[in-house]
Amino acid sequence: MNVNGMDEVNEEARGAQGAIPIRLAVNGRQRALAVLPHHTLLDVLRDDLGLTGAKECCLVGECGACTVLVDGRTVDACLVLAVEADGAEVLTVEGLAGHGRLSRLQEAFLEKGAAQCGFCIPGQLLSAQALLDANPHPTLPEVQEAMAGNLCRCAGYEQITEAILDVAAEGGR
Amino acid sequence: MRADGVGAAAPRGGGHDRVTGRQAYVADIHLPDELHAKLVTLDCARARIRSVDVGPALAVPGVRLAITAADLPQPVPRFGPQFEDRPVLAAGETKYHGEPVAAVAAETRDAAEAAARLVRVEYEELPAVFTIDGALDPAAPLVQDAALRPGDPLAGTNVLREHRVAWGDVDAAPADVVVEHVYTFPMVTQFAIEPHAFIAAPDEDGIVVWSTIQHPYWLQRVLARLLGLPLSRVRVVAPDPGGAFGGKQHAKYEPLVAFMALRAGRPVRLVLSLEETFQAVRRASARVRVRTGMHADGTFAFQDVAADYLIGAYADIADRVVSKGSYPACGPYRIPAARVVGRSILSHTPPSTAFRGFGNPQVNWAVESNIDEAARALGIDALELRLRNLARPGEAFIPFDTPADGRWEETVRAAARAIGWGDPVPPGRGRGLAIGIKSGPTTGLSYATVRLLADGSVVVHAGTSDMGQGARTIFAQIAAEELGAPLDWVTVVMGDTAVVPYDAQTSASRSSVLMGTAVLRACREIQGRLRAMAARIEGIDEASIVVERGTVRLPDRELPVLDVLRRGLGRLGGELIGNGEMRKEEEPGHPLGGSAAFWEFNCTAVEAEVDAETGDVTLVRHVTVSDVGRAINPLQVRAQDEGAAIMGLGHTLMEQYIFDDGGRIRNLGAIDYRIPTSMDLPLELHSEIVENADGPGPYGAKGMSEGALLCVAPAVAAAVRHASGAVIRDLPLSPERVWHALHSGERQP
Repeated sequence: MNVNGMDEVNEEARGAQGAIPIRLAVNGRQRALAVLPHHTLLDVLRDDLGLTGAKECCLVGECGACTVLVDGRTVDACLVLAVEADGAEVLTVEGLAGHGRLSRLQEAFLEKGAAQCGFCIPGQLLSAQALLDANPHPTLPEVQEAMAGNLCRCAGYEQITEAILDVAAEGGR
Repeated sequence: MRADGVGAAAPRGGGHDRVTGRQAYVADIHLPDELHAKLVTLDCARARIRSVDVGPALAVPGVRLAITAADLPQPVPRFGPQFEDRPVLAAGETKYHGEPVAAVAAETRDAAEAAARLVRVEYEELPAVFTIDGALDPAAPLVQDAALRPGDPLAGTNVLREHRVAWGDVDAAPADVVVEHVYTFPMVTQFAIEPHAFIAAPDEDGIVVWSTIQHPYWLQRVLARLLGLPLSRVRVVAPDPGGAFGGKQHAKYEPLVAFMALRAGRPVRLVLSLEETFQAVRRASARVRVRTGMHADGTFAFQDVAADYLIGAYADIADRVVSKGSYPACGPYRIPAARVVGRSILSHTPPSTAFRGFGNPQVNWAVESNIDEAARALGIDALELRLRNLARPGEAFIPFDTPADGRWEETVRAAARAIGWGDPVPPGRGRGLAIGIKSGPTTGLSYATVRLLADGSVVVHAGTSDMGQGARTIFAQIAAEELGAPLDWVTVVMGDTAVVPYDAQTSASRSSVLMGTAVLRACREIQGRLRAMAARIEGIDEASIVVERGTVRLPDRELPVLDVLRRGLGRLGGELIGNGEMRKEEEPGHPLGGSAAFWEFNCTAVEAEVDAETGDVTLVRHVTVSDVGRAINPLQVRAQDEGAAIMGLGHTLMEQYIFDDGGRIRNLGAIDYRIPTSMDLPLELHSEIVENADGPGPYGAKGMSEGALLCVAPAVAAAVRHASGAVIRDLPLSPERVWHALHSGERQP
């Protein structure tokens, strides 16, 4: 259903007791939703919007697998209540590639072999994107510090770091 | 060399989906009409269950099912890869903290969680054992019901099995120097970033189960037996796991979810929390006593190793971890007399299972550290002592097993060179070096089907799980190499028992060698068909035709494969199908049931700095060199090697489960259980490979995904001791432990 130019989702939830209407701009698309007050942004992205790129792992903000950008800043989507994100612009991994073309960062991750099992990669990409947006030419320690909140058990840290530094060397994007 | 063939740093198969978020892991898959399940557990380890009342749970709106052991077939079905000891739900007694006594399923996750909290369980906490000493106490309660171990002389103890490997006469071997110490290795967990997830859906013929499993075919067998279904009616779908590291080899909650789905008549999904995953899988902790006898000339007189592994409440694959892990404890050295006794000891702790390295890191830590002690006692350089005893190519260092299958000295010397062994050490720093060895698969069976389609593109069907090691890429590279297709014209289909032929397991770094060979053979069968096709259409003798790398060579000219294919297939089109099979047969009488398909061999060398004020260890340089035979994809080889090295730093420096008195994991979850992050890396990580094409796999490849983890701990501990004098024989080398060793402990050069 389309209401006032917005894609309305989860009509069922709208009827649910206690559901609160919110609006999100997710990957450039306006969405109107009704969310339960205890549901997180991660719940809404994965379960209501079907954007499963953000992953569920620790649910306490330690692993970074659910990292997304809210108004340009990295957040652990598991720690943000959906109602807190009302009115925000949200960028998830699904929004990184434009018109079917991978972002330079996504390409660099592939070139360096940074994605192994791949489960942490959406979060890694968004943390890296936020870093380069704020600091187009980070040093190695700056990269390592900015990425410290994103665990990778395949431990592809060297490859991830190399990919980020490669993109930085090319001009930041 | 072609840019995408064997030996090329070809891009990862599935990489695009991994960087766009499209990769569908099990938890990303939703079925229409599915129910959400939640486990019900108790707040203690061992308890007698008096009653379970699911009434209040069923009253929660949206709850459709609550299941207890009483709702299952009786006696409660049990399963396990080695011993069928694990009940689908706790039967009368829980044996570890986190063992489910019931489960609920509801329309929403919220409802399932609310309902699970309302299940009323009356129980009585029982005495339990959580340590090796506790379990071995003659008065200790038995973890496993003796009735489940008929005819087993150890049934009245908590020792599940004792495994002995010996040659020569240790007790009669004269030695000039004997050093003996006890080393401990902590309980650590796989911590794949993807928690385990399971979905089961009844269909009219049987059941379909989605799982994060590494061995879909093994799971199929378990489910078929438990559910009384033919294999053909149990379909296991196994999407690429989001990391596994051994923790996803064997069935965990798939049987429970299958019973729930059949009972509900609807799909049921269970996605574990990270905390539940911690309680489902871990590595066995160990206490290892090593007595090393040396001659004055620096050669070994004997090795005498007693390794006790604390496994959990159910065996899972842990006893095999103990037998196979302890087996090569004496390392790749020439040793005239050896005795290794490995014991798997049951306890009321979460079941331990396979974990990268498979029981080797525990004994390696102890034995390699003790070799350093022996070198010190003899006044011989630690590298020199190792080189003096290292098995030469073809030498049977374990008398009844595969002889040394590499030029290992090359590997060791490369590591020593890269760390600057023998060069002056900067002040405040120390160096350490250790060697790791692990038996590859001892048995195995892999089938592959390869289809050369009418346009020259290729589909490979292989039952391996690609959990990050990159098997998908390797198989595609082999097919591209053999059939001449560009890499992006090769599709690799995996992870569905209804679609791909049988593969025994994805474990023991086997897939490039075993499944890789099956894929290679399937491609070669297609080459044979192409030869026959060319002979038919050209009217010449088949024996005069050679097919390789996308080219059909006739006596007088060469044709592209596609040319022959088009003409040969004719107007109806079609495809050429090749099947490949690779068996590694059992060897009756061999202590492990089979000799090593190959040895994983690694040498790790580090330079470390110790902060005497805080006990913090900084790795200035970490060198890992692995003998890989042949790197089919050097990019992936490096990633596996470095990943294993960093994972090894986890149990070396920071990881361990800490239990409370009631057997609960106190540091349950990501806040209190730390794994290496981008801030915990060596300042410099250097990975090298040795390639002599002397492996049994395609093009001379060996397996290599575990090697760099095996001997991290002894190398780091040696460097810490060299730098600071701190003598530590218990892992991890946490700042607290290092600080204590420096300030109150044993301190020696």
